[in-house]
Amino acid sequence: MPMKYTVVVMGAPEGSQSSRTALAFCHALVDQNHTLERIFFYADGVHNASMLVTPPQDEQNLPADWSNFIQQYDVDAVVCIAAALRRGIMDTDEQSRYQKSAANLSAAFSLSGLGQLIAATASSDRTITFGA
Amino acid sequence: MSRILCVSRHAPYQTSHANDALDAVLAAGAFDQDIGLLLIDEGVWQLVTQQDAPYVGKKDLSKKLCALALYGIENIFVHEPSLQGRLLTRDSLCLDNVQLLTNKETRQLFDQYEQILSF
Repeated sequence: MPMKYTVVVMGAPEGSQSSRTALAFCHALVDQNHTLERIFFYADGVHNASMLVTPPQDEQNLPADWSNFIQQYDVDAVVCIAAALRRGIMDTDEQSRYQKSAANLSAAFSLSGLGQLIAATASSDRTITFGA
Repeated sequence: MSRILCVSRHAPYQTSHANDALDAVLAAGAFDQDIGLLLIDEGVWQLVTQQDAPYVGKKDLSKKLCALALYGIENIFVHEPSLQGRLLTRDSLCLDNVQLLTNKETRQLFDQYEQILSF
């Protein structure tokens, strides 16, 4: 029976396997006709939303793969704003608010608060966490 | 309203997981969800009294834990075998309204909640 899932990603694209595992899990969900209510990027997972991540060409670019997945399946992808700002991930609004010299949030993602995690969890059948 | 159990398994300062878990619990409380917090494994260290967080450049997490009641978050559970395995007792903890759970009770707790947020 198809179910609604919220997926929480807390691992950075480098240094842990959890982001890659989460992406594979999300692919499996859509392949089996489940619904992705929201993907919430929290803690070090916010680095997956950086447009500046540049691995060597013969290695997987996980942030690019996340962006492609999110846009291809039109999934709601929210990055925790507090966790992002702590780690130097921001959109142009935050750039001007904090008067920084650059913004680096990929277009597929949006910044918002923890309420988005709670609201998605409350309206999903399952919440699956990767990377804690 | 959804019944959500937040499971916090990490020590307070080595990673951001413990603080991130508490922020999620507070957010759930603010959104009027029925939220419970279970401290298990290394997570039981979060409740130990007299933490010197400024020494490691952090804010004292136990103060945030003690403030949960002010936000109407009353269901705080501690896995008692995790305490015992670290030579901690109820007297080591900064909160006295926590519920200590055996292995069996912890298993039952997971059944009582619809959603698990794991940290």
